[in-house]
Amino acid sequence: MFAFIIRRLLQAVVVMLVVAMIAFYLFQFVGDPVSIMLGQDATDADRVRLTAELGLDQPVVLQFYHFVINAVQGDFGISLRQGQNVSTLLLERMPATFELSIAAALIALLVGLPLGVYTALRRQSSLSNAILAFSLLGVSLPTFLIGILLILVFSVQLGWLPSYGRGDVVKIGWWSTGLLTVDGWKHLILPAITLSLFQLTLVLRLVRSEMLEVLRTDYIKFARARGLTNRAIHFGHALKNTLVPVITITGLQLGGIIAFAIVTETVFQWPGMGLLFIQAVQFVDIPVMAAYLCMIALIFVVINLIVDLLYFAVDPRLRSSVGRGGH
Amino acid sequence: MAPILELDNLSVEFPTRHGTLKALDNVSFSISPGEVVGVVGESGAGKSLTGAAIIGLLEPPGRVSGGQILLEGRRIDQLNNDQMRLIRGRQIGAVFQDPLTSLNPLYTVGQQITETILAHLSLTPNQALIRAIELLEATGIPAARERINHYPHQFSGGMRQRVVIALALAAEPKLIVADEPTTALDVSIQAQIIELLKRLCREQGTAVMLITHDMGVIAETADRVVVMYAGRVIEVGAVQDVIHHPQHPYTVGLMGSIPSMVAHQKRLTQIDGTMPRLNAIPSGCAFNPRCERAMSICRTERPELMAAGASQAACWLHHESHKAYV
Amino acid sequence: MMEALKHFWQSDLAWSWRHSTVAVISTFIFVLMMVAAFGAPLIAPHNPFDLATINLLDALKPPAWNSEGQAIFPLGTDSQGRDLLSAMMYGTRVSLMIGMASVALSMLVGIVLGLVAGYAGGRIDAFIMRVADVQLSFPAILIALLIDGVARAVVPRELHEHIAIPVLVGAIALAGWPQYARTVRGSTLVEKNREYVQAARVIGISSPVIMFRHVLPNVMGPVLVLATVHLATAIITEATLSFLGVGVPPTEPSLGTLIRIGNDFLFSGEWWITIFPGLALVLLVLSVNLLGDWLRDALNPRLS
Repeated sequence: MFAFIIRRLLQAVVVMLVVAMIAFYLFQFVGDPVSIMLGQDATDADRVRLTAELGLDQPVVLQFYHFVINAVQGDFGISLRQGQNVSTLLLERMPATFELSIAAALIALLVGLPLGVYTALRRQSSLSNAILAFSLLGVSLPTFLIGILLILVFSVQLGWLPSYGRGDVVKIGWWSTGLLTVDGWKHLILPAITLSLFQLTLVLRLVRSEMLEVLRTDYIKFARARGLTNRAIHFGHALKNTLVPVITITGLQLGGIIAFAIVTETVFQWPGMGLLFIQAVQFVDIPVMAAYLCMIALIFVVINLIVDLLYFAVDPRLRSSVGRGGH
Repeated sequence: MAPILELDNLSVEFPTRHGTLKALDNVSFSISPGEVVGVVGESGAGKSLTGAAIIGLLEPPGRVSGGQILLEGRRIDQLNNDQMRLIRGRQIGAVFQDPLTSLNPLYTVGQQITETILAHLSLTPNQALIRAIELLEATGIPAARERINHYPHQFSGGMRQRVVIALALAAEPKLIVADEPTTALDVSIQAQIIELLKRLCREQGTAVMLITHDMGVIAETADRVVVMYAGRVIEVGAVQDVIHHPQHPYTVGLMGSIPSMVAHQKRLTQIDGTMPRLNAIPSGCAFNPRCERAMSICRTERPELMAAGASQAACWLHHESHKAYV
Repeated sequence: MMEALKHFWQSDLAWSWRHSTVAVISTFIFVLMMVAAFGAPLIAPHNPFDLATINLLDALKPPAWNSEGQAIFPLGTDSQGRDLLSAMMYGTRVSLMIGMASVALSMLVGIVLGLVAGYAGGRIDAFIMRVADVQLSFPAILIALLIDGVARAVVPRELHEHIAIPVLVGAIALAGWPQYARTVRGSTLVEKNREYVQAARVIGISSPVIMFRHVLPNVMGPVLVLATVHLATAIITEATLSFLGVGVPPTEPSLGTLIRIGNDFLFSGEWWITIFPGLALVLLVLSVNLLGDWLRDALNPRLS
């Protein structure tokens, strides 16, 4: 098992390096960062100075090396669009995205899981069919459309909830949170629901199909044949076996939330990293793009690693280093 | 002695979009307390379905369409799931073919045995645990006290089947339905498992319905044997009678096709053709297209089980009017 | 030809289709939208790109059933005075084209790589699958965004509009190949050991021929189900990218672009500019998803 962890860590490092390479090459193609930053009227002396400052006169490999060193320390240079330090920008906006993502993930799990179990156990009921129809709709509705619809109903028509921004935030040290104000919560509701819907339907369908699979297995059949109660069979056996793959797959899906946060933040003008990234792509603000890329890659790699470890913790078949028993 | 299980003209149907398939057609036989009854036949003859129907675990859309199943004289085919639950495990136990998939990989063996005990007998968890260890020891698993906390994948195939048998016997049922209990095991282990099953059931007075396609196992273990073909029972009798004096042409072919170390056979007997599919069962006797001794009545009238030698066979050859031809 | 059609109509698949209300209705809707989309130049009431016919005075008219609406603009007009229904039809065409092209390209790449990986085995297999696994751990939309972003960075600004559609198709296609590769590889591994493959080898048929002529038809079932799901995802991905402003430009808008343009008018009350294209999008994706669900159930071997 130790060997497994080492292998995965190495794999993670390789992935990060590849991503860093892509990010680095982005920088290579930006054209002439010196011109962009200095404008048309720069003197030659200014150019030379900035070029040396940015380290652009050194061989490529060395530049890459510096890039990686800087990246590891969180230094990605200066945003082309806003002129500020990229890492400062990112850190500023991280709490917003973080709170939104966690809220959405919680909603997706806390609603999706029970609904999925219900539709698996009560296959024939009309409520189940309604839930399944709703889930199909959820998969067919793009996230941005959900956001727009929610805004239309709850902000424009009913005027109950605000439609953009984060509302009043409280700063605790470096972190700014919207969870300590009523206004902050009101701003959080619609975006969180929007972001969670896609994940919710995925969790629902996944739990349902996994549970149906499990209910068809021989050990469930044998559990029935032994006369165990429905409760013991469904919630003691079937649910536990269902949750094992579901937990791990859901962990991987967390990435989906972070990705779709980009869309949700755009619709609701939520000041998070996703909105920053999209603006960077529209503007071709390479440093921000590169930084976001590397950070996302890091988050994903870490999530994957945790999920792999989780598998180990939960499935005894992978855990046992004890040899097989005798005849 | 009153039979512990009685199947009375049991029929099971499967509605499909091509029409209704009759998977079991008027199956009748009984099992006495403590008796081992073997149910043999080719794949698809309906043996496993019979077992499933008895414990009330027919896969939908299959359903009992006629006849009755009587447990100690009480009808059980009409019971709902909650009522059947009380019977399963406690009155009728089951052993399935594949021990690897019969056990939940995420729970220890001990957890699975104790939960079965606690579901049926009113013992404290501690008492249940002690009993579980006893059961494991009875099924011949060494170091039961430690192994009770092991997971299924930590046991070998033969050991796992012992655990399954322990589970089946945990609530002290009166009847065990064993569906191909040794088919998935190594040949060397098969004999051990069969011995174990026999011994334990004899000790506890449990009757066994042993479903298998392996005549050798039947010969070793069963008291009586039921031969099934195309969803019907075609011969019933004491094991020695059926093996040495088969009455139905199909059974004759079946016995002849078993290689023997004693008899000098040049070629094994082969029955031409294959068992008909459920949607193409011939009229009259289901075996008639393959039967060397088929008469015209065999093609039109279906024979009931009738006295044939020391056994019973569903064959017109044994009807009074045709006895001359036997 | 008639024989083949008749044979198909009597097949299990066609029977299943005929008896599924959902499948029939969603096929109907999908075909309707395809006709509306690809027949747009012929049947759209207006041409929203013909600058001569557009009048700013017609701008922001509500749908026809509203008191201020006009019958010639059944679903209203946008801020430029373009008929919304026509714009939607052309928009659906763009969305469908991009969606189908990406799926086709993705299938191609995925199937080839999957066949090669499964058939060749060893290091090639390990490498391809490793890349697929890593890519699969990132959400497709992020990959598509990344490729789109890189393309924008690499290509000078003036050309962005021209290359938008090919880049979009490429991005979505590249984001989707691992699923196909994984599925095909799995099936190939199973088929590889079947007798008919070994027989073909013995006769001396070359590997590529075996792979494409013999193994491929046997692995197409799950691929087709995957393709329908992928089509729905591709359409949504394109719409999302267009909505974010990094997809199809407004000069030849897709449904997503239309939604984005309309979003600005949501608060001033001209809701139709965003909602109708939105509805069209949902209808399109829903019908594809329903068909995909039906196909998956129909192709699944079951008891009856």
